[in-house]
Amino acid sequence: MFGDYSLADLSAIFAMQGFAGLILFSVYLLMALGLAIIFGQMGVINMAHGEFMILGAYVTYLCSTFFQTYLPGLFAAYFFVAMALAFLASGALGMLVEWSLIRHLYKRPLDTLLATWGLSLILQQTYRTVFGAREVGVELPSWLIGSVQVTDTIEVPINGIFVMAVTTLITLGVAALMYRSRFGAQVRAVVQNRAMAGAVGIDTEKVDRLTFGLGCGIAGIAGSAFTMVGSTGPTSGQLYIVDTFLIVVFGGAASLLGTIASAFSISQTQSTLEFFLSGSTAKVITLLAVVGILMLRPQGLFTLKVRR
Amino acid sequence: MEHTPMAHRPAAVAAGVHDNPFMKPMEWVSLALLAAVILVVLPILLDAFRLNLVGKYLTYAFVALGLVICWGFGGILSLGQGCFFGLGGYCMAMYLKLEASSVENTKIQSTPGIPDFMDWNQITELPWIWKPFQSLPLTLFLVVALPAFFAFVIGTAMFRRRVGGTYFAIITQAIAAILTILIVGQQGYTGGINGITDLRTLNGWDIRTDSAHNILYFVNGGLLIGCILFAQYVKKSKLGRILVAMRDKEDRVRFSGYQVASFKTFAFCMAAVFAAIGGAMFTLQVGFMSPSFVGIVPSIEMVIYAAVGGRLSLFGAVWGTLLVNWAKTSFSESFPELWLFGLGALFIAVVLAFPNGLAGIYRTYVEPRLTRKVKALAPAEARALPHGTPAE
Amino acid sequence: MNAAMLHAPLIGESPDAPKFLLAVESLTVSFDGFKAVNDVSFYVDPNEIRVIIGPNGAGKTTVLDLICGRTKASTGSIKYKGQELTKLSESAIVQAGVGRKFQTPSIYDDLSVFENLEISFPRGRSVFGALTFKRDAEVRDRIEEVASMIFLKDQLTERAEFLSHGQKQWLEIGMLLIQDPELLMLDEPVAGMSVGERIKTAELLNQIIVGRSVLVIEHDMKFVEDIAHRVTVLHQGKVLSEGSMERVKNDPKVIEVYLGH
Repeated sequence: MFGDYSLADLSAIFAMQGFAGLILFSVYLLMALGLAIIFGQMGVINMAHGEFMILGAYVTYLCSTFFQTYLPGLFAAYFFVAMALAFLASGALGMLVEWSLIRHLYKRPLDTLLATWGLSLILQQTYRTVFGAREVGVELPSWLIGSVQVTDTIEVPINGIFVMAVTTLITLGVAALMYRSRFGAQVRAVVQNRAMAGAVGIDTEKVDRLTFGLGCGIAGIAGSAFTMVGSTGPTSGQLYIVDTFLIVVFGGAASLLGTIASAFSISQTQSTLEFFLSGSTAKVITLLAVVGILMLRPQGLFTLKVRR
Repeated sequence: MEHTPMAHRPAAVAAGVHDNPFMKPMEWVSLALLAAVILVVLPILLDAFRLNLVGKYLTYAFVALGLVICWGFGGILSLGQGCFFGLGGYCMAMYLKLEASSVENTKIQSTPGIPDFMDWNQITELPWIWKPFQSLPLTLFLVVALPAFFAFVIGTAMFRRRVGGTYFAIITQAIAAILTILIVGQQGYTGGINGITDLRTLNGWDIRTDSAHNILYFVNGGLLIGCILFAQYVKKSKLGRILVAMRDKEDRVRFSGYQVASFKTFAFCMAAVFAAIGGAMFTLQVGFMSPSFVGIVPSIEMVIYAAVGGRLSLFGAVWGTLLVNWAKTSFSESFPELWLFGLGALFIAVVLAFPNGLAGIYRTYVEPRLTRKVKALAPAEARALPHGTPAE
Repeated sequence: MNAAMLHAPLIGESPDAPKFLLAVESLTVSFDGFKAVNDVSFYVDPNEIRVIIGPNGAGKTTVLDLICGRTKASTGSIKYKGQELTKLSESAIVQAGVGRKFQTPSIYDDLSVFENLEISFPRGRSVFGALTFKRDAEVRDRIEEVASMIFLKDQLTERAEFLSHGQKQWLEIGMLLIQDPELLMLDEPVAGMSVGERIKTAELLNQIIVGRSVLVIEHDMKFVEDIAHRVTVLHQGKVLSEGSMERVKNDPKVIEVYLGH
């Protein structure tokens, strides 16, 4: 399979595919971060996670159109506004959903799964009604278009670098929030012992709502970043939900580091395989490998041995 | 130990109380009602087209029935039942397709005698995975054996390692996704996104005519009732009670000397085989099979059939399937955009308001007297004593 | 209470008695470096009621978990009638004759008392066996017999959910009796029980001891004194003291960490 390429070609291919893999990694990681908080910390299966992400993408699309029409002078900076709005919109919807739906189902995780699937159908149809069934794409500001020439044969697109930068920032932010802040400590306290956390004066219901909202908000940012590299349709979210769940489970549900490692290995495997095989075969092999490993090691990559 | 049972109980009474009949009178009535509607009322009322549609719905009911055993009783939610439905359906479709692709029928192809989509994909020889489907008995065997085998492998791997609940749901869902991508991607071997179409005869019998549809409908209904009876047998056996017990207190069952994983695997395999029978009947009744019945979306939709009917009720599963599909067809005909809203709301409503579905509503509102009776039977002591909190 | 009957003669008191029913030797388990059970050894004779006491976190429940296979030992051995248990699966350990009652009543709420007991009946434990299991006269008689022992003869058709806390504890003991284990392990069988229920439970334990050994974890000292042949005191994962209740009660180490509080 390598016979037709020279060594220089091959290294360039691996570098470029590696970079494509890094962009895929960024998108996967952004999506998985929100889910790692909701599923990993709260144990809630949110099948509508993809739709929260798509909400962020549509908000970005609306922003792009708005700036183009009314504020063309500030168009170069619209993306930062869009990202903030995407976070707020998805986060607010997430909190509303937690209040109206999720909080009644904390003890019935399988039922949460079904209910949020119902929610995802409703959201999809809403998007279809509002934005139409066709996929929409955003206009990139000029500074995000083009690519950087690294060597003669290797060039990397700027929007990809931007997405990676955003991912790095958000990941660091989440890590700081979950492991360094008072809020993060409260979330972990509630996760570990709800009754005790309540007894020491933590408003567990508020923590639940904020945690869920935060996870959904990060999904919104993921959707926003996603518009940089792909177009958005009403059912785009559903395409990614299985991959995202696998990433979180594969990483070991409660571990942020595990999520990062698992998003990295899955995206790199897939993008490298994609060059040599057809896209669908690459995906099948990657997913089969993940499922196979999970069958042998269900606790995922990173877990602690704890007393049952 | 010295003990004379006759001394402290009248044998006849006790034997009556603890009898475990195959079906209670009310269950016989439910079965008779269901059989009458499926086998008599609907065939009289509906035209050939509508009856064939109901026949299609009934094939989904097999899946819902399996989910009642696996999810309702065993507490194992599989979001990959579409895989097994598809496996059964594809097995049957491969046989039918080979029969439809005789050398005579396909003489315009560059390689006559192989399915048309293979010819379009420059395949010149029948792939080995298709070879077994040249024989009808072997096909019928594989319809059942293949899904059972896969379910056994998946179930054994997962349940041995104590994977259950949401993890199992996610993994089965991933498997459904993988299978869909595989089928769509391997066009030359599977017919790709269009599936396997243009099926004509079953062992020489034309399945496309109205009369064939009619006969298949009754075969379908008969098989479904057979499956209900088998499921009822399992439910009434000690195995059925062990499933319920496991859902409740898995460790207690384990420390009563049972291998919990084997029982879960059995329930999962049974659900898989039911789904596969449904899939094979779907191919016959509707005349094609495609990846759109394999993936995540149909798999979860099939869960809602069981949930609407009542996850603990075998008959409820069939009624739920018929009702949801009837609603889907009528909505989709007149207000297609409303259907997804309706289906979404149905998921939420069933979970939040009616966790036991139609069967639960029936039990709460139609048999309220029975519940009161049970409460009255509880000893005064049970109410008088405060339930002590077990010390840690 | 019938104290004379409860204090049965101590069988196999001498440490070199040849036949132990259960021999636990240098048993250790660690969770992430924390040794919940640390080099524990003790021996249980046939027909002995042994009570394990100790403050919270002493590793009492973990010892039972290790014996019944719920937790795997890091090192050490557990021999039951000469057979090594640490290598067996949970169901094999049960089938070898070890029964275990959990701390909180662990019964099947959705099933009737009769069905709860029936599931523990030692027949039809394979998938096929369970499918073809017949509820015959032998099963019925045995269930009725046990039900009358555990004071639930009149509640057989009732859903287990509706039983009182004490009745649920008895039901679980009954489920173990049907299993007919030679070694019965009970984790806090009288926790949360009323005084009346406690007396009845002691009576019940006294009745079922015939032909088997019982390993009990209990906090209730009055109850321990009533039933124990010998007592093992655990503290921070180690055996602190062992012997008759009288001896343990007067052991200064025990008084310091436990009884003195």
